[in-house]
Amino acid sequence: MSKGILVDISLCIGCESCMEACRTANGLKPTSQRRLSPDNYVIVENLEGDVYYRHACMHCEHATCVSACPVAALEKTELGPVIWHAEKCMGCRYCLQACPFQIPTYEWHNPVPSVRKCTMCYDRIVAGGQPACTEACPTGAILFGEREDLIAEAQRRLREEPGKYVQHIYGVREVGGTSLLYISHVPFEKIPFLARNLSVQEPLPELTWRVLSKIPNLVGFGGVFLFGVYWIINRRIKLERMAKENQLEAKEDFIEELPPEQLDSEE
Amino acid sequence: MKLNALGSRLPRLTFWRGLLFALWILGAYVAVIRFTKGLGAVTNLRDDFPWGLWIGFDVLCGVALAAGGFTVAALVYIFDAGKKYHAIVRPTILTAFLGYLLVIVALLFDLGRPWNIWHPIIMWNPHSVMFEVGWCVMLYTAVLALEFSPVVFEKFRWRWPLRVMRSLTIVLVVAGVLLSTLHQSSLGSLYLIVPQKMHPLWYSPLLPLLFFISAVGVGLAMTIFESFLSHRAFRKELELDVLTGLARGVILVEVIYLTVRFLDMAGRGTLSFAFHPTREAGLFWAEIFLMSVVPIVIYSVPKFVVHRTWLFWGAVSTVVGLVMNRLNVSITSLEGWGGAYFPKWQEIVVTAALVATGFAVFEWVARNFPIFPREETAEEAALAGEKPAYA
Ligand code: SF4
Ligand code: SF4
Repeated sequence: MSKGILVDISLCIGCESCMEACRTANGLKPTSQRRLSPDNYVIVENLEGDVYYRHACMHCEHATCVSACPVAALEKTELGPVIWHAEKCMGCRYCLQACPFQIPTYEWHNPVPSVRKCTMCYDRIVAGGQPACTEACPTGAILFGEREDLIAEAQRRLREEPGKYVQHIYGVREVGGTSLLYISHVPFEKIPFLARNLSVQEPLPELTWRVLSKIPNLVGFGGVFLFGVYWIINRRIKLERMAKENQLEAKEDFIEELPPEQLDSEE
Repeated sequence: MKLNALGSRLPRLTFWRGLLFALWILGAYVAVIRFTKGLGAVTNLRDDFPWGLWIGFDVLCGVALAAGGFTVAALVYIFDAGKKYHAIVRPTILTAFLGYLLVIVALLFDLGRPWNIWHPIIMWNPHSVMFEVGWCVMLYTAVLALEFSPVVFEKFRWRWPLRVMRSLTIVLVVAGVLLSTLHQSSLGSLYLIVPQKMHPLWYSPLLPLLFFISAVGVGLAMTIFESFLSHRAFRKELELDVLTGLARGVILVEVIYLTVRFLDMAGRGTLSFAFHPTREAGLFWAEIFLMSVVPIVIYSVPKFVVHRTWLFWGAVSTVVGLVMNRLNVSITSLEGWGGAYFPKWQEIVVTAALVATGFAVFEWVARNFPIFPREETAEEAALAGEKPAYA
């Protein structure tokens, strides 16, 4: 079953306990930077006043990064987390280019660079635990569980306090669904990294698959077409020549240079 | 010392030669920094702008400018365009082959873990456009090497490999055309997955088709352009009727391109963006004019399409326009999302060094191998040419 995290923006108090827990759990270096980076897997962003929201990998159901990676170094696991396999990666950075949430970061100053992003603490989940961040959150603003259960819980909250919440669960449909689900008391249009994909309902990998899936036909028909044209044109030429010289050419030679026999005799 | 020894065959230390060596030294310096300190030390790449000049120019433009190889091969061997075109086959195949080799070198610079460049062979993800791109680069480079091999066999008079290659010609040409079609279009497909990141003037579901058509157009233009360079460098006779034929081809292809591009934009309602007074709109029109409109206009004038000066400038315009198009797709259109990007000087140096290397290797091969038709072999051209190459 696929796990997920429910983020309730109205409950986040901006204490950054999750960031601290993440740093410890993943052995990230302390940094003063306030943006996603190889040493920041998750950021608690301050939107306005006392509104804070979590900014990290969404662990998409049809992850764009996974579909983009040429060597399958990124993997959408059965359990939900999207993880990266160092030994496969060739560093093309198509995952950074393709991610609709601009999540993966790169070690630009490392001669053996890694793609770095939140892993939803995959190892801890495999071991039966939960991510360090959800464990650390003192208010329940981030909740770990089965994605299905979390959707039900979100629906319950929206139903019980209709005046408080925007009536939308972000992540059920967006970019084909994400393991991270957001509910909020401020409009999603205001939250930059979410707003950009509010209108994107279809999984983005579809856009490239539509073209990629045509390749076998293109090669098949293209090959037949090209050989066909070649055959027809050359047959005509052959016939013309046969008529002219009234003799059979044993073999056609389509190289413009002289054959080696003649080359030699010329010297 | 070494230069003097070669002096009888190669031009002396000309300006271009000096520039080449300077670029090589700078390039080597940048390479050392890049492979010890990481990409960030020599590029302006960052998380929200992961592809820069090396992908935008070296790879996207490099592959497109190599399109003459499959275009001319198809014209000559499949569509049997006529005997006169045979003379340009080998130079265009050589250009394409060198182009692809340089693309691979550029990739070795650009990939974060270049020692894993072969991974797509055994680690498959058919859902990735980049996977397709990787396979196309590998296979088409191999096809180009085989297409070029008769030149080497001929030089050393290896008869039976030559005979084998000849019997394979048509198979190789068809494979090359198919692989090129896939590769040229797949470079456009790469951007299909980021509809919300790109400027509407450049994002289109038809990007693969547009990349393919414009590659065919610039393939023809590059062949014209390169005939002029060979003419200057090797005092090679200009086959004006051949170039005129190619120029007429450019008209046809660019008209198709403009039709598809504008119908697509009109159909999706993005045309209005071209009339806003923005930097993007300016670059869009510059690209459209240089790549398509200018050559169509020039080559449509009967007097110009047979005139060497106009033939040359029409081709230059197409090439410059194509370069703008690829840079617009890969850089300009994404700046609205990722912020402004301009390459560091180190990125420019590596690119310039690769281009210069391409010219230099072409010159060396052309002087030492039977690239041009028999009446002007390399030796004869060298004997006749006291004039330094490309000067
Ligand atoms: S948010 Fe980006 S990095 Fe995370 S799974 Fe989705 S596409 Fe991949
Ligand atoms: S950078 Fe690595 S993980 Fe990302 S798409 Fe390329 S090969 Fe895959």
